[in-house]
Amino acid sequence: MQLILEKRPQASRLMYFSSPLLAIALTVIVGGLMFAAMGQPPLRALYLYFIDPITNLWSIEEVLVKATPLILIGVGLAVTFRANVWNIGAEGQLTAGALMGSIIPILFTSWQSPLALFCMLVMGMIGGALLAAIPALLKVRFGVNEILTSLMLVYIVHLLLDWLVRGPWKDPFGYNFPKSIGFDDWHLLPTFGDGRVHLGLVIAIIIALILYWVMTRTIKGFEVRVIGAAPRAGAFAGFSQAKMVWFCFLLSGGLAGLAGIIEVAGTIGQLQPNISPSYGFTAIIVAFLGRLNPIGVIFAGLLLAVSYIGGEGVQIELGMSDKTTQVFQGMLLFFILMCDTLIHYRLRLLKAMEISND
Amino acid sequence: MINYEAILLTIITASTPLLLAAIGELVVERSGVLNLGLEGMMVMGAVAGFAMAQVTGSAWLGVLMAMFAGVAMSLLFAFLTQTLVTNQVATGLSITLLGLGLSGLIGSGFVGMPGVKLESVSIPVLSDLPYVSTLVFGQDPLVYISIILVIGVSYMLKRTRMGLIIRAVGQNHNSAHALGYSVIKVRYACIAFGGMTSGLAGAYLSLVYTPQWIENMTAGRGWIALALVVFSTWLPGRLAAGAYLFGGVWILGLYAQGMGVPIPSQLLSSLPYVATIIALILISTNRRLSVINTPASLGQGFVPDR
Repeated sequence: MQLILEKRPQASRLMYFSSPLLAIALTVIVGGLMFAAMGQPPLRALYLYFIDPITNLWSIEEVLVKATPLILIGVGLAVTFRANVWNIGAEGQLTAGALMGSIIPILFTSWQSPLALFCMLVMGMIGGALLAAIPALLKVRFGVNEILTSLMLVYIVHLLLDWLVRGPWKDPFGYNFPKSIGFDDWHLLPTFGDGRVHLGLVIAIIIALILYWVMTRTIKGFEVRVIGAAPRAGAFAGFSQAKMVWFCFLLSGGLAGLAGIIEVAGTIGQLQPNISPSYGFTAIIVAFLGRLNPIGVIFAGLLLAVSYIGGEGVQIELGMSDKTTQVFQGMLLFFILMCDTLIHYRLRLLKAMEISND
Repeated sequence: MINYEAILLTIITASTPLLLAAIGELVVERSGVLNLGLEGMMVMGAVAGFAMAQVTGSAWLGVLMAMFAGVAMSLLFAFLTQTLVTNQVATGLSITLLGLGLSGLIGSGFVGMPGVKLESVSIPVLSDLPYVSTLVFGQDPLVYISIILVIGVSYMLKRTRMGLIIRAVGQNHNSAHALGYSVIKVRYACIAFGGMTSGLAGAYLSLVYTPQWIENMTAGRGWIALALVVFSTWLPGRLAAGAYLFGGVWILGLYAQGMGVPIPSQLLSSLPYVATIIALILISTNRRLSVINTPASLGQGFVPDR
């Protein structure tokens, strides 16, 4: 017996939409088996993971808070991957945005006006875009592989953050903890009511909608899709590959930077050595699960946010390692790539007789 | 006085995991496949090796288990990218994410335990010679294995029929297919070999370099190994030179910290990553070097016509 692929005459619309659902189902099944193998009640664990987080107001709020950076970064990456450009250093660009945006609340504490908050967001975007400009420049100018450079910068900028919060930006009255001063109210994003959900969520959804419009209704979106699907056709149409690399890196880097400053000014309220539980890497999964489509990314971002909160629940109630979340996320990307094959191909099992007849 | 022998020894120890992971990936890429899952396979090797050695008390069984774990992860990658022709970049990333999570989960019970160290070999007489003694004859066995692998791969690629087939598959998979070679089988085998050496590299970290389990203990070494393959322009000899150079950079930072150089430790820790970027720029600006050996089918999926 042998498993072979048969190309479909045309891409399957049905599989295009059902492949993420199939991938989620496979992840849940394998996840349940994994829990059982670890001696945990599988149904209870799965319930805690995927259902419990959306059963009370407090955890729904937490889900929305966690979905904010995932959606912001995810939409940028969705456009980037669509163009076949590989920025995988969003985690670093997030950190760079957080650093750049925090200059105002940490060094210019006395500037207290609504404009200060706006400037923080803009500087966050600039910070992320600046860091993303490095792999873009190296790719366009010297042909250096952007995957490796964007990833290396993640480690470098993390160390920069670490140095700042332990050195020059450390809170002098912070009992020597590696933390910056807490931001004052002028430098924090407004929240809805007394809850934890902040303005960042609205910004993220607006940006996703704008990018959806750009991708489906403008020449730029068309350019992204053509260059991604058929680079030679794009070149004949006069689209510049180099400009596309710049566009994608500045866009996805800027959005990751924005996510960084929003996370710091909206959720954490100060700088510390760890500002993100790998949002930048999880957003890669969000982008693929969302079909590289900005609207899809909103739903995918919410789902992955649920998995973060569910992971905490499982950790508290069943005493399992918080690493289960990362395993779930990795499995999800794995299965979605697997199921996406079915969009373009049919699977067929060849019997031994058919093979010999070939 | 600075003890040069000790410094050289630590450089070799820091370089060997890079070299082990990179030599496998070099073969994988020569067959036309880009496996970005190195970091994930390596960290799985590290945790599997540590756990096995911990349970059985034998470091060698740990090494075997690490190789097994690396191969298992690489076969997942091979199934997706070769049988199901998925995007290789995204699939490699998923292997890395999965490996980092799974290793953390498996290793959560082992954090903080004292590990089992793979003993260095000791050859009578030779290991007692002055100067060269420990440097040449007293290393741990994996160092020798890494060197044998480099020589073996170099010979295999240049001088054997198998090497010729691998290179043909990597250069032009359609022609290789037309000649009757099974592109997918060759690639499966190369990917599994890459998984094995990545597992070895992981075992080196958790059984020799720092004999304990620390979460994410690969610290980007898988990615640096990937950069090394590009830097080597897919030639094993250059790969070895590059690996030792990088090990040197890694150790330089540690020594500078130890000697109290007034530079922030974070800056010194970032040296290997900065060096990687610089190395990539240097090699990429030299078109002649970088293009000539690049496998032409690198990263492209292959579906045979029927």
